[in-house]
Amino acid sequence: MMKNVKKRELILFLGPALFFYCVFFVYPMIATIKLSFYETINNDTQNFVGLANFNTLINDPFFSEVFWNALWNNLIFFLFHMFIQNPIGILIALLLVNLSFKAATFYRTAVMLPTMLSFVIVGFIWQLILSPTWGITSILYDVFSIKENTPALLGEESTALITISLVSVWQFIGIPVLLIYAALISINKDILEAIKLEKVGFFKAFFHVHLPMVWPTIALVSILTYVNNFNAFDLIYTVKGPLAGPNFSTDLLGTLFYRTFFGFQLQSGNINLGAAVATAMFLIILIGVSIYLFFVQRRILR
Amino acid sequence: MNKKYLLTHTALALYVVFALLPIVLIFINSFKSQKDIFDAPFKIPSTESFTTIGYQTVFNNSDFLLYFVNSLTITSVSIIFIVLFGGMAAWGVSEYKYRGRILLSLFFIFGMMIPVRLGTIPILELLQSLNLTNTHTALVLVYIAQGLPFSIIILESFIRDIPKEIKDAARCDGVSETDILFHIVFPLLKPALATVTIFVAIPIWNDLWFPLVITPADGKQTLTLGIQQFIGQFITDWPTVLAALSLAAIPPLILYILLSKQLIHGLFAGSSK
Repeated sequence: MMKNVKKRELILFLGPALFFYCVFFVYPMIATIKLSFYETINNDTQNFVGLANFNTLINDPFFSEVFWNALWNNLIFFLFHMFIQNPIGILIALLLVNLSFKAATFYRTAVMLPTMLSFVIVGFIWQLILSPTWGITSILYDVFSIKENTPALLGEESTALITISLVSVWQFIGIPVLLIYAALISINKDILEAIKLEKVGFFKAFFHVHLPMVWPTIALVSILTYVNNFNAFDLIYTVKGPLAGPNFSTDLLGTLFYRTFFGFQLQSGNINLGAAVATAMFLIILIGVSIYLFFVQRRILR
Repeated sequence: MNKKYLLTHTALALYVVFALLPIVLIFINSFKSQKDIFDAPFKIPSTESFTTIGYQTVFNNSDFLLYFVNSLTITSVSIIFIVLFGGMAAWGVSEYKYRGRILLSLFFIFGMMIPVRLGTIPILELLQSLNLTNTHTALVLVYIAQGLPFSIIILESFIRDIPKEIKDAARCDGVSETDILFHIVFPLLKPALATVTIFVAIPIWNDLWFPLVITPADGKQTLTLGIQQFIGQFITDWPTVLAALSLAAIPPLILYILLSKQLIHGLFAGSSK
């Protein structure tokens, strides 16, 4: 089977990708982890301090409160995507399968359009729409005759995180729709015909036929959601700025990383603590990815 | 329309309204004056209320065109290298059998899962030592690393689908492996470009993080960052903000609509095995 490829040719094929990948991805990741075990003295000397930075993050009265808050918010942010975005996405994909390819393409494209917009655009669009001054919300309140004052959904501590999570769900629902739909239409046509002929109910067919066949794709969608959510930054930064207000109620690990590294207000930036936050994010993401690779990819790679 | 699927169509149509209404609302209001935006936000601009004042302010007060060209340059240069190096690497890991091949594949998959931005601090130090701070080259270098894993995985699945006979025929004629890759395989990868563009180029175009930390000023901004800064200054001038948002939204939307049809075929190739 072995093709008569020379070592030189193989290096030529793999070399450029490996070079860029190692220099601008692998090396920075390793260097970040290394930095998280050091402290900076006199602006240029790195001094090994073991786990001290992580101890600060987890136990220091000032930092730990912010860190646990960001982690908790991030978990809520993820759960909203996992249990609202993904099930609705699967449902939309299931509805699409019954339609002609042409009709399905139309709906799929429309649902995917918000995903193609940058966070900056999505952030501002929803900021304007939910702004109490513009009154889109108050018009809707009139339509449904709700008498209360228009709330500042993005401005209240109690609603800001939920609102931003739902905005993000609105933006990214196209991904589960697209991937699950692609998986559903590659299910053997005979099986789908049999379901129709036997007049199997929608839910029964879903749980007994569709679900077992698209389960690897659902796992893929879940891990993509997990990675993207625990790395989220842009939407919060656009809508609430690096301080993730009000009172850090929308703070995620990504915004915390930014503030710790670059500094904010009177707090000056700290390279090593910033690296520690990044390393914590790396570990959190790595745990999810390892579980995914262990259970799902193992089968594929064999 | 098939009557049986009336309910399906209704449900989907309702969701489409929810997905698109916010975008449409921004777009129609961008052609109205401040007063009309507030008085009747749902009205389509009439011949009297139609105005392009917002768009004029955008073009007169900002480096919109400059940022647009910046983004276009950065995205297209990145994507060329990502497809070129990604295609070469995909060929290298899928066509030949050698020790460590699976490990190499896993090594690249790993990069698709772990976000490059977690390595930002060393990246900035590295760029400083290379004298590349606040340059577009720096952004391109980072984006190549960021885009390679996905491009390799997608192109790999397309390469595996190329019939063995085509390659073997060329080998029998004594064509070198390099020539097979560049003259036979690469042209066959065209259908994969839609998928790679949507999942690699559009995120680069939309990225806020790296422009923010690498090229935050001096006219080096990308469109996404430029719009972010511009809207911050004009936040009370709604026609201008809405016009800026509409202009920034159009390129990725058009690109996606054009490529959307090929996209599902691209995913097919990846998921059919």
